[in-house]
Amino acid sequence: MMPIYILRRLGYAVLILLGVSFITYLLLYMIPADPARQLAGRSATAETVANIRAQLGLDLPFYQQYFHYLMNLIQGDLGRSYIQRTEVSALISSRLGPTMELMAWGIGFELLIGVSLGMLAAIKRNTAIDRFLMALSFVGVSSPHFIASMLFLYLFAVNLDWFPLGGYGEFEHVLLPALTLGLLGSGWYSRMVRSSMIEVLEQDFIRTARSKGLTRLRVLFRHVLPNAIVPVIPMIGIDIGIFIGGLVVVESVFGWPGLGQLAWQAIQRVDIPVIVGVTMISAVAIVIANLIADLLVPLVDPRIELDKS
Amino acid sequence: MKTTLTRNLLATAIASVILPVTAFAADPKPGGDIIVTYQNDVATLDPAIGYDWQNWSMIKSLFDGLMDYKPGTTELALDLAESYELSDDGKTYTFKLREGVKFHNGREMKASDVKYSLERTANPKTQSPGAGFFSPILGYDAVSAGDTTELEGVTVVDDYTVAIELSAPNATFLHVMGLNFASIVPKEAVEEHGADFGKNPVGTGAYELGEWALGRHLVFEKNEDYYKEGVPYIDTITFEVGQEPMVALQRLERGDVDIAGDGIPPAKFLQFKNNPAYEGLMVVGDQLHTGYLTLNVTIPPLDNLKVRQAINMAINKDRIVRIINGRATPANQPLPPAMPGYDEGYEGYPFDPEKAKALLREAGYEDGFTTELFVMNTDPQPRIAQAMQQDLSNIGITAEIRSLAQANVIEAGGVQDQAPMVWSGGMAWIADFPDPANFWGPILGCEGAVPGGWNWAWYCNEELDEMGDTADAMVAEHQRDDRAELWGSVFIEAMADAPWVPIFNEQRFTVRSERMAGDESLYVDPVHVPVNYDYIWVK
Repeated sequence: MMPIYILRRLGYAVLILLGVSFITYLLLYMIPADPARQLAGRSATAETVANIRAQLGLDLPFYQQYFHYLMNLIQGDLGRSYIQRTEVSALISSRLGPTMELMAWGIGFELLIGVSLGMLAAIKRNTAIDRFLMALSFVGVSSPHFIASMLFLYLFAVNLDWFPLGGYGEFEHVLLPALTLGLLGSGWYSRMVRSSMIEVLEQDFIRTARSKGLTRLRVLFRHVLPNAIVPVIPMIGIDIGIFIGGLVVVESVFGWPGLGQLAWQAIQRVDIPVIVGVTMISAVAIVIANLIADLLVPLVDPRIELDKS
Repeated sequence: MKTTLTRNLLATAIASVILPVTAFAADPKPGGDIIVTYQNDVATLDPAIGYDWQNWSMIKSLFDGLMDYKPGTTELALDLAESYELSDDGKTYTFKLREGVKFHNGREMKASDVKYSLERTANPKTQSPGAGFFSPILGYDAVSAGDTTELEGVTVVDDYTVAIELSAPNATFLHVMGLNFASIVPKEAVEEHGADFGKNPVGTGAYELGEWALGRHLVFEKNEDYYKEGVPYIDTITFEVGQEPMVALQRLERGDVDIAGDGIPPAKFLQFKNNPAYEGLMVVGDQLHTGYLTLNVTIPPLDNLKVRQAINMAINKDRIVRIINGRATPANQPLPPAMPGYDEGYEGYPFDPEKAKALLREAGYEDGFTTELFVMNTDPQPRIAQAMQQDLSNIGITAEIRSLAQANVIEAGGVQDQAPMVWSGGMAWIADFPDPANFWGPILGCEGAVPGGWNWAWYCNEELDEMGDTADAMVAEHQRDDRAELWGSVFIEAMADAPWVPIFNEQRFTVRSERMAGDESLYVDPVHVPVNYDYIWVK
């Protein structure tokens, strides 16, 4: 059962990635900026531009360019950056480590903050505490990353001097951006944990557990939490996908040398091979993370069966 | 004129009093490590390819060419060439090279390296954005067409002598030899690293590349074998990349950063200018820049001279300068004041909306017309375009703003019937080298009025082009002033046709930490843009 399910999901994944590559490539093909002209610079003659266009294969029709790109992609070749003239794979791999690091800490803080606040809200449901926490989570998830990052940077790094002013390297550097991500993103988790916990708290087996004399805390951690946490797992999968490609703002503000910053620099300079490369890597990350999350769910909750058909 | 004279006298008087003291205090001190920040990762350090305001002076510190400029000035100076001779027909330059100059890999630089380096840049396979600058060299066309890889005009006479023959006398040639694209590179290092030479640069310059952690930082280390005695002063320069400009300034204020490479974001300029914490840390300099509005002379009704003149009189340049917080001075002609050939006596078109309306009436556009204004979409460019839009609406012209990404505006400007008006801000034009010729051909001459060119006004006046050619053939030293004057008149005559509205000449600002020393001109060097790293030092 399981292997077939995985194979089928992988089959879908290939289709999704093909679709993503096609759409990205098509969009960037259509934007009215000629990469050859950009490479050739302002003092180039029309002849030089034509020459560069031919060398890059940009004079070929779209389907041929796309086909070449796909063929290279299958061999693991993402091409060279137009601006930096470096292999896109080298640029991406230099950024993967920092992004993973920030992601791990960011999701860690999201879970820590989100799950504890969600639990608290569920236990105190319909009280002022509950309403305050839910309002707070709403503010968190709807805050623009740009404003919040700047605000935290000025408050905690400039004024209070608790953290370094951006940068990368030491452990202290990761804390503030990760906390920013954790605080903003925890709202998703706290709301999710709250509602699933309330659902679980109303189940009969909880009343049974309480009535056989277990302490509140023991019920909470032995019986409620393991059941309430299940929907959080696929959310982590989605989060990983978003974080790999989507930390554009936080990484830029905090000077974090991750993929998001690379994407932002590439977009500003219309560096097409890098934009396509980062998009592809993000898509791969989203697909894989979701797959893993889906595979983990039945391990945590054996009642859930993958692929009932 | 009078005021300048008095000011000069005064300056001399003050200088004579202060100089002995400052000269003593300003003795450069070797040593120290500094940190420079930038937002973007460095594109490439390959001198044949690098062509932006971040890597330009970095490349200059890693590499040398035959010619350079006196630090902080636009004055040509010898670099790897010890001397040069110009033949009587004005076509052949024979350069004598310095002996004993070593590449960072330890090998001595020879005449064959000069030939190799020039041919490498000219070769279309290198995809150098500067290849076109070498077109005066005899045999360039054959190399450019891919027929050969050797420049016919470049001859290695002996190990320390190289002769470069041009197809015609060309007064800008020594400037071309001072461009990064003419830097001397060792063949073996280029071949070893191939397309990654830009990540593993080897030159003869004052610094060598120590480490490059992609997306994080680069470290420049002092070249102990540098041929110039005593320079550079600083031991290591660490370029931290990926730093938001505002954050960089905060770090500078704390003393964590020595030079904020991206300067001050336009919207925050006043805030910093008036902040006592930054007093004395900001250096202001002129640059060879003019911001202009192009009026496409081939698109009706802008093909009508009176309409173009009316637009010239309608735009309130003082107000635009105020919009950018006084970071520029209003311009009335294409050449910037720091450029040879600038005409101080020329008054340009006055700001006179009434007269502008009268001109429009004469041209038959009493009720005005609707046209388009293309502009790059990053601050402050759209705000400047809006000011122009208002000024134009005052004389009855409706200008619809097309705010696009830089590459897209450049693309539109290079198509003849696409963009009636383009505001050049953020794109053009800063001179590649300090010579008026560089302000003509690509942006006002017929050679630039081609698809994909930078002459977005599509102005082509063959008579003026010929005058420019005449000027560029004046290669003898004693003709220098006459040449500059002739070039100056080319630009003033072009203004009679009003293909542009010259708006302002932008100034440059560098923010450096308190411990940084060296003449202020080094921090706004007009050639080693933005900072001349070879001569600055730490207190």
